[in-house]
Amino acid sequence: MPAWLLGLVPAVFLCVFFAWPVANILARGASTQGLSLLRRQQLWRIVEFTLVQAVASTALTLVVAMPGAYVLNRYALPGRRVLLALVTVPFVLPTVVVGLAFRAILPASWIGTIWVILIAHVFFNYAVVVRVVGGLWGQIDPRYALAARTLGASPWSAFRTVTWPLLRPAVLAATALVFLFTFTSFGVVLVLGGPDTVTLEVEIYLRTAELLDLPGAAVLAVLQLLMLGLVLTVTARLQARSAVAQRIRAPSARTLTAVATLGQRALAAGVLVTIIVLLAAPLAALVLRSVRVGDSWGLTFWRALGSVDASTTRFVAPLDSVRVSLQYAVATAAFSVVIGGLAACAVAYSGRAGRVLDAGAMLPLGTSAVTVGFGLLITFDRAPVDLRGSWIMVPLAHTLVAVPLVLRTTLPVLRSIDPRLRQVAASLGAAPVRAWATVDLPLLRRVLAVGAGFAFAVSLGEFGATVFLARTDTPTLPVQIVRLLSRPGQVPYGAAMALATLLMVVTAAAVLAAEALQGRSRVGG
Amino acid sequence: MRAVSELPEPTGGDRAGVDRRALAVTGVAVAFSGRTILDRVDVAVGPDEVLALLGPSGSGKSTLLQVIAGLLRPDAGQVSWDGRDLAAVAAHRRRFGLVFQDALLFPHLDVAGNVGYGLKVAGQDRQRVARRVSELLDLVELGGYGGRAVATLSGGEAQRVALARALAPAPRLLLLDEPFGALDRDLRDRLAVDVRALLHQLGTPAVHVTHDLAEADLVGDRVVRLSDLSRPV
Repeated sequence: MPAWLLGLVPAVFLCVFFAWPVANILARGASTQGLSLLRRQQLWRIVEFTLVQAVASTALTLVVAMPGAYVLNRYALPGRRVLLALVTVPFVLPTVVVGLAFRAILPASWIGTIWVILIAHVFFNYAVVVRVVGGLWGQIDPRYALAARTLGASPWSAFRTVTWPLLRPAVLAATALVFLFTFTSFGVVLVLGGPDTVTLEVEIYLRTAELLDLPGAAVLAVLQLLMLGLVLTVTARLQARSAVAQRIRAPSARTLTAVATLGQRALAAGVLVTIIVLLAAPLAALVLRSVRVGDSWGLTFWRALGSVDASTTRFVAPLDSVRVSLQYAVATAAFSVVIGGLAACAVAYSGRAGRVLDAGAMLPLGTSAVTVGFGLLITFDRAPVDLRGSWIMVPLAHTLVAVPLVLRTTLPVLRSIDPRLRQVAASLGAAPVRAWATVDLPLLRRVLAVGAGFAFAVSLGEFGATVFLARTDTPTLPVQIVRLLSRPGQVPYGAAMALATLLMVVTAAAVLAAEALQGRSRVGG
Repeated sequence: MRAVSELPEPTGGDRAGVDRRALAVTGVAVAFSGRTILDRVDVAVGPDEVLALLGPSGSGKSTLLQVIAGLLRPDAGQVSWDGRDLAAVAAHRRRFGLVFQDALLFPHLDVAGNVGYGLKVAGQDRQRVARRVSELLDLVELGGYGGRAVATLSGGEAQRVALARALAPAPRLLLLDEPFGALDRDLRDRLAVDVRALLHQLGTPAVHVTHDLAEADLVGDRVVRLSDLSRPV
């Protein structure tokens, strides 16, 4: 059986549930009614605000997180590994949870301003810079800078002329990622923003859900796709130009320096304070708000989760959405493992067709969640494939977002398997399929479990696409949280905090478990 | 290698008298997380002397060189030059060149960029840098290599470029940390002879660290074992 046949299922899935909806958006957007929107000044104000907040968020994230990238990867701090894992937690949290956390800690008068959005974006993307830039920083041989020092360069000059050029590709990559995330940020802006902070994502949602202006929403989605494509092309060019094709890793593992001088202590302390104030405090505030009833402590809001008090007949009891979310998450994990696993095998075992599939499968990650949800909504609402009101729409959308993650975790493991192992098995009398099943499959099983964990977590927190597709009577946790937030009164507000706390704990547990499993599978493989 | 008469005088008037020590290391001690690396080491180098320092790997040779270069602060003891304590002098102001075992050429710069690095950070103008770079490349017999990417160099060539880079800012002391450790025997012997000749032509004192007795004999005016430098308890 040729290897590319394995890629057939993922390829068909991507064509039907990603390419078709996007093509549909393009077709709808080209209508005259939609295009007339481009002449409105209000639209260009939205574009401008989207760009401004993305650029500002990216710059602020870099400034705040670069010292963290350095300290957490270069200083021999006690508990450094634990700290690195904890710093990653905000990144995997659902956007809605983050929004609620900042509502819990910041004064109410700040809500609806650009500043809250900027701070929340720094919170979210701190880990991107620490992992991407710091990951490289931790590997650069520290003796390059030492060599520069003995040639007469001051510490600052050694950084500027040696370390910085070596670091630049990673900084560019992190900048591109943070820009992408903040440009298409939806949940955070919806929960923390106001009438003055409408981004393209929010406007697409508002036009679809509230104004029922589908052609208008399509034009905005096309506009956003074009801008994202432009940004990705430019950064790919820049990265190709600044890449240093050379081994810069330290041969020995000793790249960590002891924290000895006063300056080093001050820098390390500054980073720790940043982590506590920026990353830990909002999450702690979220938990506290869920048990703070008026002037005393209590579980009123938690109890309200199961009762009709927090909900009216139109609303489903908040606790019910826990069951809904878990069901979707399990379905997403199953779909993603099958599709992502098949895609990984096809990419690993076949040449050119595999590379095309690899690129195609990554596309949904570069597309905004709102576009994905909107596309699915307008494509499958009529024949030939009418899925209106079907439960499967939500896990399908989640699978589109999760497959790239499964692919990226699985592929390196598959590629690292020595093909001679299979030949040994064959020489011992195993038929090709049996050879594969006895050599590759045991390794694949473990890494697919890791991918399933990530897919599960993605599904729990996904909001941008879900908000278009979830049925009124079966809201997911993030959707339910936003609904509670829109209702007046102290009890729904507190119940939203409690539900967000619950969602935070489950998501973080799923991701940390997957990461722990991944760490072990690397040792084993 | 070529004669160096056409090169500018490498160091200024701070050359020590013949009977004086240029570099003096006294009682230097270093410990990493409780493990003693250097135990009160004393060593001195004369103004024109090439000292070969012999010791097995892991004996603290590189650590001693880092202390001398000012890249590592010792727990005790002092490093002085011409009788002046260097404790308050930062690495980049000591004018001590250092050549590592793996050449550690800057991967984002070409050969000329590497050799001229020290001159550029010292603020020399481009023409002077270019002139000095080509002189030094001639000196290490790599004339015309300036535009080459460092990734294309062989191990021996990379090490020669590293040597030229360290010599370019005219250091008053050269520290060589097993500079031929990664090369094969043949090349190693040839480079050892070349380096000895070069250092004597330039009159630059040097500390050459190695674990290889034959190499130490080839390069050094004097050979000492690191284990003999610690003070008796």
